[in-house]
Amino acid sequence: MLAATVRVTRDLDLAEECTQDAFAQALTHWGRRGVPASPGGWLTTVSRRRALDLMRREATLRRSLPLLLTDPVEAAPDLDVEEIPDDRLRLICTCCHPALSPEAQVALTLRLLCGLTTVEVARAFLVSEATMAARITRAKKKIATAGIPYRVPATSELPERIDAVLTVVHLLFTLGHTAPVGADLIRRDLVERALDLARMLRTLLPTDSDVAGLLALVILTDARRATRVATDGRLLLLEEQDRSQWDHGAIAEGAALVREALRRRPPGRFALQAAIAAVHAEAPSWSDTDWREIVALYDVLVQVWPSPVVTLNRAVAVGMRDGPAAGLEALSVLSDEPQLAGYSYLPAARADFLRRLGRAEEARTAYAEALRLTDNAVEREFLFMRLTQCGNRN
Amino acid sequence: MAEYVVLIYEDEAGFAKGGAEVGEQVMKEHMTFGEANGAKLRGGNALQPVSSATSIRTDAAGKVAVTDGPFAETKEALGGFYIIEAADLDEAIAIAKQVPARFGGVEVRPVMVFD
Repeated sequence: MLAATVRVTRDLDLAEECTQDAFAQALTHWGRRGVPASPGGWLTTVSRRRALDLMRREATLRRSLPLLLTDPVEAAPDLDVEEIPDDRLRLICTCCHPALSPEAQVALTLRLLCGLTTVEVARAFLVSEATMAARITRAKKKIATAGIPYRVPATSELPERIDAVLTVVHLLFTLGHTAPVGADLIRRDLVERALDLARMLRTLLPTDSDVAGLLALVILTDARRATRVATDGRLLLLEEQDRSQWDHGAIAEGAALVREALRRRPPGRFALQAAIAAVHAEAPSWSDTDWREIVALYDVLVQVWPSPVVTLNRAVAVGMRDGPAAGLEALSVLSDEPQLAGYSYLPAARADFLRRLGRAEEARTAYAEALRLTDNAVEREFLFMRLTQCGNRN
Repeated sequence: MAEYVVLIYEDEAGFAKGGAEVGEQVMKEHMTFGEANGAKLRGGNALQPVSSATSIRTDAAGKVAVTDGPFAETKEALGGFYIIEAADLDEAIAIAKQVPARFGGVEVRPVMVFD
């Protein structure tokens, strides 16, 4: 609805105003005449008409002040609801434009596509409402002054731009899947938003294998949600989770999407990550997991998407395939990696290998380091428990 | 249509090291860029090196200080600019991507319109 209105106004603030007006009108109209057959369509139509009215008034005003409209609105825009999917694609491409900062991209997407209030977006980022309001205002201002267009990018640019959109959705999912700070391991609201957006993109771009890959990754990872925390709030590792409680319908849906996404050569990063998640999801148990397959997938992922985090995850898989000593060896290349300084999962992985090798003293040091770098309460408790298991001398 | 300025920031050491040969290559690249985008270009200039820059500041007391050197010392210095016409930022970026800047990069800024 907002997306369809922005196409008329080309101004985010004006469009937001018009959609609010439409809801206000709905309250009076629907109360009197009942809810229309297509409430969404009704609201969109009213919102766009309101926008056209305001724009015409503005245009008349401008004509009287001898000024030309540089970008005239189509004279009789059809109010076909069919066009809305396209409009949402325009809107998300605008919100995730690379000329905006990554934080602004996520904030605008939550605000304008997911319909969160500024207060809710602020809460998602754990900043004050004033800070978030200023961030959103600054982003909207940049869209207007820098001339960030409201349209689907040209075919030649589309893959790059869709990648930016997918990065935002993935970041949103990651923030929700394991909240960087706070008392809860999972932020359900953020995960749901990310899933909605990924499904929306799949509807809009049904043949895009990167979109299929991201949706698969989100579905497969989220299929484990019921089992990641024990009833007493304790973090449960993949190894300990009750696999019968995983969402097997979701796993089947995700696995089908992975197969589709992997058809493209070379496969994209999300498709590969989803394929790894699928191997885990379909393994009958931790010990029966196909670690060779997982290491092989990481080998391809390192080629397509080289990043220290991928190397870290690959090292963990190597440790599962060839034993903790091999895993420790695979981790050693990362010890001086500046991008991982402050990344708690590196010392946590090292600690786990050392613990399994019986090198308790070194494991303790590594667990302590991981604890220093973790702010999530559930993860902290887990690391502390492990540290204690390694024999705390105090 | 809107106007954008493409500011070219480069490390001058690259040109110093490259000598006349690099200078000629870059000149040719700018000619090619100009031919390919002639209809969109509204102007532009190359600037003399930073060593020729003079900065002028007026302090709170109204005293004017004239000093040798650029306004801000950075590794990559402003070395030239183009003024281009584009429908929106995406078109401006598409043109700016073609601007030669092998020893640095470019910055795109919309021109302010007073109405």
